Amino acid sequence: MLNDISLLIGNTFMYSAPLIFGALGGVISERSGVVNLGIEGMMTVGAFVGAAVGFFSGNAWVGFLVAGLAGGLFALLHAVAAVTFKADQTISGIALNLIGPGLALFLCRLCFSGATMSQPVPHKLPKILGGAQSNIVAQNFNFDITVILAFLVMMAMWFILYRTKWGLRIRSVGEHPAAADTLGINVNRTRYTCVLVSGILAGFGGAAMTLAVIQQFTPTAISGQGFIALAAVIFGKWTPQGAYAACLLFGFAQALSVFPSLAHSAIPSEVLAMLPYILTIVVLILFVGRSVAPKEDGIPYEKGVR
Amino acid sequence: MEVSNEYAVQMHGITKTFGTFCALNQVDLDVKRGTIHSLLGENGAGKSTLMNVLYGLYQADEGEIYLNGEKVDITNPNVAIEHGIGMVHQHFMLVDNFTVTQNIILGNETTSHMGVLDMKKARENVKKLVEKYGLEVDPDAKIEDISVGMQQRVEILKALYRGADLLILDEPTAVLTPQEIEDLIGIMHNLIADGKTIIIITHKLKEIKESSDTCTIIRRGQYVDTVKVADVDEEELASKMVGRQVQLVVEKTPAKPGETIFEVDHLNVKDDRGLPAVNDLSLKVHAGEIVGIAGIDGNGQEELIEAITNLSKTESGTIKIRGTEIQNTSPRNVVNHKIATIHEDRQKRGLVLDFTVAENTVLEKYRTAPYSKGGMLNRAEIGKFANQLIKDYDVRPEDCANHPARGLSGGNQQKIIIGREVANEPDLLIAMQPTRGLDVGAIEYVHKTLIRERDQGCAILLISLELDEVMSVADTIDVIYKGQIVDSFKQGEVDEKTIGLLMAGGKQNGKDS
Repeated sequence: MLNDISLLIGNTFMYSAPLIFGALGGVISERSGVVNLGIEGMMTVGAFVGAAVGFFSGNAWVGFLVAGLAGGLFALLHAVAAVTFKADQTISGIALNLIGPGLALFLCRLCFSGATMSQPVPHKLPKILGGAQSNIVAQNFNFDITVILAFLVMMAMWFILYRTKWGLRIRSVGEHPAAADTLGINVNRTRYTCVLVSGILAGFGGAAMTLAVIQQFTPTAISGQGFIALAAVIFGKWTPQGAYAACLLFGFAQALSVFPSLAHSAIPSEVLAMLPYILTIVVLILFVGRSVAPKEDGIPYEKGVR
Repeated sequence: MEVSNEYAVQMHGITKTFGTFCALNQVDLDVKRGTIHSLLGENGAGKSTLMNVLYGLYQADEGEIYLNGEKVDITNPNVAIEHGIGMVHQHFMLVDNFTVTQNIILGNETTSHMGVLDMKKARENVKKLVEKYGLEVDPDAKIEDISVGMQQRVEILKALYRGADLLILDEPTAVLTPQEIEDLIGIMHNLIADGKTIIIITHKLKEIKESSDTCTIIRRGQYVDTVKVADVDEEELASKMVGRQVQLVVEKTPAKPGETIFEVDHLNVKDDRGLPAVNDLSLKVHAGEIVGIAGIDGNGQEELIEAITNLSKTESGTIKIRGTEIQNTSPRNVVNHKIATIHEDRQKRGLVLDFTVAENTVLEKYRTAPYSKGGMLNRAEIGKFANQLIKDYDVRPEDCANHPARGLSGGNQQKIIIGREVANEPDLLIAMQPTRGLDVGAIEYVHKTLIRERDQGCAILLISLELDEVMSVADTIDVIYKGQIVDSFKQGEVDEKTIGLLMAGGKQNGKDS
């Protein structure tokens, strides 16, 4: 019993970590007024780059950092389209979601002699208690380091958004950019920064999947996590702590779908695999109307337009 | 005029063009330090453009700006702020879900170290300002929870917090209640006493008389005159502004009321929060009569209109048009019963701003021939109707039929709405704040149209927060207070003071408020 519960908790955190990075990326971008539907694409790019760099360098940490960098670079495309050229952010985000997996697969075939999967990395990212544990409960609670990192990033983002002047400015830009502008706050620069950070975090999220949860890049390593992360942003009312909690819930659904005593039950495994996605839809139906997005979320800022 | 340090601001020969359109042509403005100077002009005359040049939001093509006798080059709002210029925009620049303090410090935050906010100190600073100028406002209240008048104070505090010596107020009274306007004028005098200088952009003549020392008038981008306010009367200011004689007094013949067209009986309506807003209200409107409802904002006027137009639910009571009950049906049913409504917020309820003017003119009848057939719109017919309306109501620019309604000035947007509603040949025309935010010329036009419709036998229900408007236009004046009609008079029966008292909840005829 204790083993089962600890397994469930351990898996919940494990599956949540990539979601949390993605969702925090969504929070920071949308708080500044840029809708970022491209999280999925950015996570896929991060997932591949993390695994590939991790494999070639032999160091998972290098892979993880470069994955963030790649996600940030990829997000730059979104920033240029959405902020500088004031393009429709939905379309720009969807474009990234189409480019991301395509790019990742293309590069994967280039780097791994035509294979759609990368070679497994020699060492995954470390776990908090180090190597294998003899005690099953300790083994289950031996979280990936990314689980801790995700928590720290959430705390940091909360502190920045609500306790510092930069946070006040970011939120003002998402709510009322014209007001921010008249007070000398550079709206475009703020949005650029936030979209960039969003991409870096999404890149981390992807790498957290391929360097901690699994050990290599596969075409289905990222399959909907970016969208689930977006649902978590909404469910979490655009706050870091809310999104974090929402991700835990979605991670729990994923953990449940691989829970042994359920997996061996009469419920078909296909139905169990649908759990996280079904939960996402249910949550969206119940909560989308009720939570209030930043007012100018998704609206390009143009000076002097009444 | 010579440059001198007696003047807080001198703008000389300012010219600004947008493309081929000349918004300002060689305009001069000289504002003495420690005075209230109003800038008067119709909508689109260039007042706001001139002030945006001063605030650094636009760069002038030609001309010089001197502050306290020194030539300055104001390239962006930050430079303006450094020079002690503060601007309160007409549409408030406040973040709704921030507190008063957060809004005031934004961009100029009080921090303890490393960018960490020191909200305690910030709150103290705000409190000091609040006390110094008598700008009573709760530093911890959220903007979305406070009244428009309070929000304006926050805007003024924002400017003062940044050390403004010169305050530009863009149409500051457009959204205020009479009481709030009085408070604002008091605050302005406090600021002047402290050595500040104020420029107010306005087209309300009465307030210029009440508040300002000097007034500069501009018309279609041209400088007209600068006058001492004490030396001129309102008529003179109006004609300088419009460029022709204007009737400030509404001219009309006595009403010849016919049968009862519209009747509200013991109506009860709740507001958004579920609290009673309209209490047992009864009123009647006859054909050929204008009934004006006078009252302070928030006494149930909005809820009354929403119930009549079926935008919200009626709790109990009846609303009858020509004897047919229409409460708790649908807005379309209301339109079908020949009730036309000019809503208070023309941008939200009156028009679909991103639709073309032509599309906006058929919002209520696009489903009927000849404007559509078998579900397909007949663009040619719609265009024909729109162009006729544009011509009849002198909407400018005249080729606007296929432009988005957003681009028109407030006065022209209102003309479209009025034209559309009147074209339905209503039995009852409801006009809520029909002249809000309009300039003198447009107000005159709206009032004339209402009276013309009345003379043709239409029943008109006019709801206005401007007591002057109700007193001069309405034949019957109903006073609303806390969702009830507390008294009713014929035009000319009582004076403004009596009605003002009733609006504020004073007693009359032994009725309890």
